[in-house]
Amino acid sequence: MIYDVAIIGGGVVGSAIARELAQYELQVVLLEAQNDIGKSTSKANTAILHTGFDAKPGYLEQRLLRRGYELLRDYGAAAGIPIEPLGALLIAWDGAQYESLPKLRDTAHENGVTDVEIVSTEEVYRREPYLGQGVLGGLLVPGESIICPFTTPLAFATQAVANGVHLSVNSPVQAVQMDEDGLHSLILPNKTIRARYVINAAGLYSDTINRLFGHDEFTVTARRGELIVFDKLSRPLVNHILLPVPTKITKGVLISPTVFGNVMLGPTAEDLDDKTATGTTAQGMAALMQQGKRILPELLAEEVTATYAGLRAATEHGDYQIHVHPEQRYICVGGIRSTGLSASMGIAEYIVTQLGEVGLKLILRADFKAIRMPNIGEAFPRPYQSETMITRDSSYGQVICFCERVTLGEVRDAFHSRIPACDSDGLRRRTRAQLGRCQGFYCSAAVMALLSEETGQSIEKLTGVQA
Amino acid sequence: MTQQPDVLIIGAGPSGLAAAVALRRSGVERVLVVDRESQAGGVPRHCNHTGFGLRDVRRVLTGPDYARRNVQLAEAAGVEILTNTMVTEWRGATGVRTTRPSGVLDIQAAAIVLATGCRERPRSARLVPGARPAGIFTTGALQQWVYLQRHPVGKRAVIVGAEHVSFSAVMTLKHAGLDVIAMLTDLPRHQSFLAYKLIGADRWRVPLLTNTRMSAILGKQRVEGVEIADVNTGAKRILDCDTVVFTGDWIPDHELARSGNLTMDSPSRSPQVDSLLRTSVPGVFAAGNLLHAADTADLAALSGRYVAESVVNYLQTQIWRDTDLIPITFDSAVRWVSPHVIQPDNEALPNHHLSLRVAVPLEKSTIEIWQGKQRLWARRYRRLTPNLPVYLPDTFLKEMRTAEAIRIIIRPSI
Repeated sequence: MIYDVAIIGGGVVGSAIARELAQYELQVVLLEAQNDIGKSTSKANTAILHTGFDAKPGYLEQRLLRRGYELLRDYGAAAGIPIEPLGALLIAWDGAQYESLPKLRDTAHENGVTDVEIVSTEEVYRREPYLGQGVLGGLLVPGESIICPFTTPLAFATQAVANGVHLSVNSPVQAVQMDEDGLHSLILPNKTIRARYVINAAGLYSDTINRLFGHDEFTVTARRGELIVFDKLSRPLVNHILLPVPTKITKGVLISPTVFGNVMLGPTAEDLDDKTATGTTAQGMAALMQQGKRILPELLAEEVTATYAGLRAATEHGDYQIHVHPEQRYICVGGIRSTGLSASMGIAEYIVTQLGEVGLKLILRADFKAIRMPNIGEAFPRPYQSETMITRDSSYGQVICFCERVTLGEVRDAFHSRIPACDSDGLRRRTRAQLGRCQGFYCSAAVMALLSEETGQSIEKLTGVQA
Repeated sequence: MTQQPDVLIIGAGPSGLAAAVALRRSGVERVLVVDRESQAGGVPRHCNHTGFGLRDVRRVLTGPDYARRNVQLAEAAGVEILTNTMVTEWRGATGVRTTRPSGVLDIQAAAIVLATGCRERPRSARLVPGARPAGIFTTGALQQWVYLQRHPVGKRAVIVGAEHVSFSAVMTLKHAGLDVIAMLTDLPRHQSFLAYKLIGADRWRVPLLTNTRMSAILGKQRVEGVEIADVNTGAKRILDCDTVVFTGDWIPDHELARSGNLTMDSPSRSPQVDSLLRTSVPGVFAAGNLLHAADTADLAALSGRYVAESVVNYLQTQIWRDTDLIPITFDSAVRWVSPHVIQPDNEALPNHHLSLRVAVPLEKSTIEIWQGKQRLWARRYRRLTPNLPVYLPDTFLKEMRTAEAIRIIIRPSI
């Protein structure tokens, strides 16, 4: 089998490109090194759909972010991705921050985000009565939204697969070669993939893949961001996404509601050599708590539901590292930093245009199928609330994860979806099961029994117990 | 659909079922208990060791036997129990909406008893840093893995905590065939009874590492070890293990109480109750380990019996608690007390005691109860240990002469 396009990397960017290409009469394969979509950088971020108000004007990132924001907002509504347009408030706590607000507003307007405005201290407290003392003013960005980081890449990949894209998981690319007939061979552990065009969307490893193609435009540094997720009972304390005002001295942390109804505090920023170091640290969490206490003192009285760390794919360059190599029929999509989720659809659209320009024939399919993802967001109706769904199938009335109110029906669906859950983590990202305040105190034993039954894998295998 | 029982009890654990039985025996017609689990009985269902029932049934049973007995008693008493029934929201002061496999069910009652129990704080809530591999449990999860689902757990375990429940975790791990490498507590000593320590840890030579905290969890896919630190010197070392169990450090399951805008008692994180276990909302009561996380199951059951009397009285008289209740204040050595406020004319407390937890370990100390300038009660203690219940007898109520606040102080014994 010869593919027209092979995409390396099933994160939010690679999946978005796969979905975009699925609209055309093409044979496409999406290669993911891990066992599931969106399992690396894409799953651990701040889950915000950014307008791009503060992007650097003239950068490719700014353009694709702006475009991606509009595309994803509309796509999310159609495909069932939880999105809540809460708006953001940048809070100025000191003179330097306050003085930088006009410049931030002007940049936003230059970037086409024209509804951004400076608001008074009184207005900030009116909108956010639980903020700590000492607010000097704020900048309101009405378009900033929260989004489900789990559903987004899954929706892209699901729609791609529904329209004929082959998804190959557990498929790390180990070597590449250009054959005599001009085709690429991508060498995987158990097979070789042959393709005319290759897209490198390998995230943290996009530099490694790029070097396999003989290029060295950038190096990816893993920038760790630690985050703390607070109990749902803290949700009434926050109405907007509370963003820090970036200054030369500090970047600050944000406090944001999540689409699951929690409140998130973070992230830290720490450059690391290890691209697998997703552990949290005592220092990181202490620093977050200290900053959180100033911004929203009452938040710290609430229980912590989860802590985690994600790695952003930062490079030595300020802008995205998108490089087209027409002679190789190879496009590198690297250095997508922390804006990949928001920009993903803009990037995908741009990449497909580039593919067209370097010779890929793009003929729209007549039968491109739409999809609708199961809703896991708090702001939209869920199965446990639906008399209709429960009457049709009683398993939607059987709540098995109490904290997140996930029903047996939803768990079953996750095992029988187009891209089924294959482990506990995959199930969490599809249903929220075990993501809640008890972290499995009540439901983990029952959930693992279902997981074992549905995947045919033993508990030892699923939990990595050595024989 | 709507059901209209006289009393709705939320939670079919020891306290909920005991309350239900007592209500039926007092002649209350329709008593409905709902539980989100698929089996009634509560946490004792998966505590597969002995020691249950001493103070309420006056004999000693295993957890599962105790749970079964409670369910049978309730059924025999004519209590209606709905399992797989999860309360999702309040509908008015004494009504709720539930989700069950047969549909969405609204329940409107004359009175509601919250008996939702408590849970252990998981690793994340304790902010233990490090990786997030498989192999991390709470005792509750562990016992369900081992006794309800018979899942394999791991090979070598480290236990965080040294309370009653921590020794229960050792027994569960030994039952499942694991080696227990160590038990850690950041306090200077364990917080249980010597007998539990002997039965639960010493016979398997499980070392108890005091003044020690877990400073990181290691491993990518599966736990590969833990880093532990001496709380005094900061000295760190690595223990090789594939399983970590976080035990104790209880928190009331208070989400329903809070979402109903009940006044909360912030030190205990329980709904604030008076001496008759009445909350701030007329018609809504609370009982069991929602109010004292975690006392033993028999005390939870006795709390259920006690609340039943209070409910019956309310159904007959419609009298709710006064607005001028006597608050109980305490110094920083006390972590919390339960109940939280006192109705001036009451002469008794649930189980005839005020349940108290200290915040810090204390030696040779005296607990004193004061009101204004009058000392109502005092007792010397050789040792007071956090997490271990201290029960102050309710006889001090009879000494009260005014409606001033009650003050509890702890001072070094002379």
